[in-house]
Amino acid sequence: MTPDGKSPILSLRNIHKSFGPIEVLHGIDLDIHAGEVVALLGENGAGKSTVSNIISGTTLPSSGEMTWQGARFAPASPREALDAGVGMIHQELLLLPHLSVAENIFVGRYPMKAGRIDRSTMEARAHSGLERLGLDISPRRVVEGLSTASQQLIEIAKALTLNARLLILDEPTAALGSEETKLLFKQIERVKAEGVGVIYISHRLEEIREIADRVVVMRDGEKVQEFDTAKIPVRTIVEAMVGRSMDQMFPPIAQPTDETVLEVKGLTSPVSRFEDVNFTVRKGEIFGISGLVGAGRTELVRAIAGADPIRSGSIILNGDDITPNSPRDAIRQGIVLVPEDRKLQGVVLDHRIDENIVYSNFETVSKSGWISAPKIKAFADGVIEKFGVKGIGRQNVSEMSGGNQQKVVLAKWLARNPRVVLLDEPTRGIDVGARSSIYEIIHGLAAQGVAVVVVSSDLEEVLGVSNRILVMAAGRQSGILDHAEANDVSVMELATA
Amino acid sequence: MSGTMPPKKERLSVREIFSLSGATGPFIGLLVLCAFLTVATDSFLSIRNFLNILDQITVLGILAVGMTFVILIGGIDLAVGSVLALSMMVLGYLNVTAGLPMGAAISGALIAAALTGAFAGIMIAEFKVPAFIATLAMMSIARGLANMITNGSQIIGFPPWFNMGAIIRYGGFLTMTVAVMLIVFVVALLYQRYRKGGRELYAIGGNPEVARLAGINVKRKTIAVYTACSTLAGLAGVLLAARLDSVQPSSGVAYELDAIAAVVIGGTSLSGGTGGVGGTIVGVLIIGVLRNGLNLLSVSPFLQAVIIGTVILLAVVAETFKHRGK
Repeated sequence: MTPDGKSPILSLRNIHKSFGPIEVLHGIDLDIHAGEVVALLGENGAGKSTVSNIISGTTLPSSGEMTWQGARFAPASPREALDAGVGMIHQELLLLPHLSVAENIFVGRYPMKAGRIDRSTMEARAHSGLERLGLDISPRRVVEGLSTASQQLIEIAKALTLNARLLILDEPTAALGSEETKLLFKQIERVKAEGVGVIYISHRLEEIREIADRVVVMRDGEKVQEFDTAKIPVRTIVEAMVGRSMDQMFPPIAQPTDETVLEVKGLTSPVSRFEDVNFTVRKGEIFGISGLVGAGRTELVRAIAGADPIRSGSIILNGDDITPNSPRDAIRQGIVLVPEDRKLQGVVLDHRIDENIVYSNFETVSKSGWISAPKIKAFADGVIEKFGVKGIGRQNVSEMSGGNQQKVVLAKWLARNPRVVLLDEPTRGIDVGARSSIYEIIHGLAAQGVAVVVVSSDLEEVLGVSNRILVMAAGRQSGILDHAEANDVSVMELATA
Repeated sequence: MSGTMPPKKERLSVREIFSLSGATGPFIGLLVLCAFLTVATDSFLSIRNFLNILDQITVLGILAVGMTFVILIGGIDLAVGSVLALSMMVLGYLNVTAGLPMGAAISGALIAAALTGAFAGIMIAEFKVPAFIATLAMMSIARGLANMITNGSQIIGFPPWFNMGAIIRYGGFLTMTVAVMLIVFVVALLYQRYRKGGRELYAIGGNPEVARLAGINVKRKTIAVYTACSTLAGLAGVLLAARLDSVQPSSGVAYELDAIAAVVIGGTSLSGGTGGVGGTIVGVLIIGVLRNGLNLLSVSPFLQAVIIGTVILLAVVAETFKHRGK
């Protein structure tokens, strides 16, 4: 029951969800009322997406009950949830770019007349749906070329023409500018006034204060706190989001030398993913890069590794400008990247461990281009042993656990004795045991005098391993914190600045 | 999913030394086929017939080697049949019409073929044209150019020794054309297995982004592979010219499909990254032996086409089941 005595349109009671043996939601209770915006907050991996996926029928809960407008609710597919009146608007837009706005709104349920699509009815209904949102877009227009905000709103219009009573918006402003965000908020207010409930997922705490009526904070699969108003200090929300004790997982942080190895000067991406980034990394230093999803961290390290083009700025290694044009250039200079997506960028899954290791070490196992099989075996076995990969050279990488696959990626790069190692989300999707051995490898590198850059969405991880932390927000560098002054609150404040 | 597979016994088995890059299944198929034909016909099992088969597969064999490399990097080349015809016509024009010595004419033919491949490769690597489309276009362009050289008519009148190279069996065994094919096989096998460049093809086919991030120049390599494939098609054209002692622009129609079939039967995956020349040679032999055997059994050419199509399907279905069983 809410203060004004209405009963909720959607209730979740004791919802559990497990993937295999791992439980990711531990008994969630949640109520949503008609005409309110509830912000769902939490760090990456807190369980927000799983909750919204359960409500929208994308995944089934392992146990627990949902009540929707007074009746039991257990949607087995997004379609069922949609028919019941729950519309989810995903972070990645799912519109078909070459179809018209009206076709997109009615795709899969075109109004028919005499066995043919009734275009005039479809367009009229699309028009009224768009009008409801105050959108002045012709239903006949092709979607391609519309601004992201407009596409976002078309998705909402699509849900509304289905008489959605609840909208789930997942990071709707991630790709929007401030003007577009204002427009979106105006429409959300309008929808709210019509009595539609909204679950709003976002990392941008300032805008939550603006749009939300209530705030629910999740952490590690649990609902940790609920605020009945959004008029609370950002600091309080952040503390609720991150408030957990640090594990003894991270080895003590050593002092780096004073010698600068890597210097990044005014680095700017051609598509404005990041702008004017400046920092230096010293020999033996572990330099963390933090920020929210979409802040430009991955793009930044990819550019340093020569994998993405840059518009301006330079990368200086030991005093020489070596700004690389290709990964090949960067690797020759001793800069290597352990990429974010292990399975798509790190390894060839269907190939063997030794083959994968050799792909970045051809020089070592060949002589004027001729490869020797015994050399490959000796080299690969040595590397596998050195970096503690659990497996043998002949095994396919796809047979291994995530942590071991990541060790193969680390091994194939570290075997080159690089001067700079860029690690993008080094422990994403990896279990706790393998994590700490990866931290040990990272510290081992620093101890050998390598300049290490660690990008991570896991706040605890960045705080635990880094000598200094660069915080990015929306492509800008919002500050560099020393280990001593960095804590979850100071980092989060910069990240949401 | 925390554990790894139980460690397998580490030893270099006999199977590994004679590794056919996963073409063991097709190889067994080939043996079964040969055994069947030995029993079913009187003339199959003889040196003479075996040499005949080698003669008959020269063109397909060389085309299929080039095609293997293209498919290994996850591409496809539909132009090889037309490029073969273009190379033949350039050869005929330079040697017979323009009167250049054979050495120069062969070089010219190979260069023409290489250029078509380089062009298609640049379209694919630099301009991101899908390989299917780029080589489909090149298939039409090369065929048109081949026809333009003589306005569609054939050229005859090569020096007598040229044709003899395809007929005389040196040492009672090898014709020049078969020797060239065997050299191509050996060079391709060595390249694929022992050269850095050969191993890089597997990385590119496995995942081009991983390959690029590993410092492999994927664009340049892609262009080189299409160039090599077309050059081999050009070489096959020269050998076909020697065998026929004439050139005509309508040669090689649909040869690309035979080449793709041989590669696929040999266990190279159309999605790239697995397989290799060893398997392709087996695939070429299967097609060659099958055609030869069906002829010996006096099976009509129409039924032969049905049987070969069925074999392609069987080979791929067997491969799929093998992977599913893993």
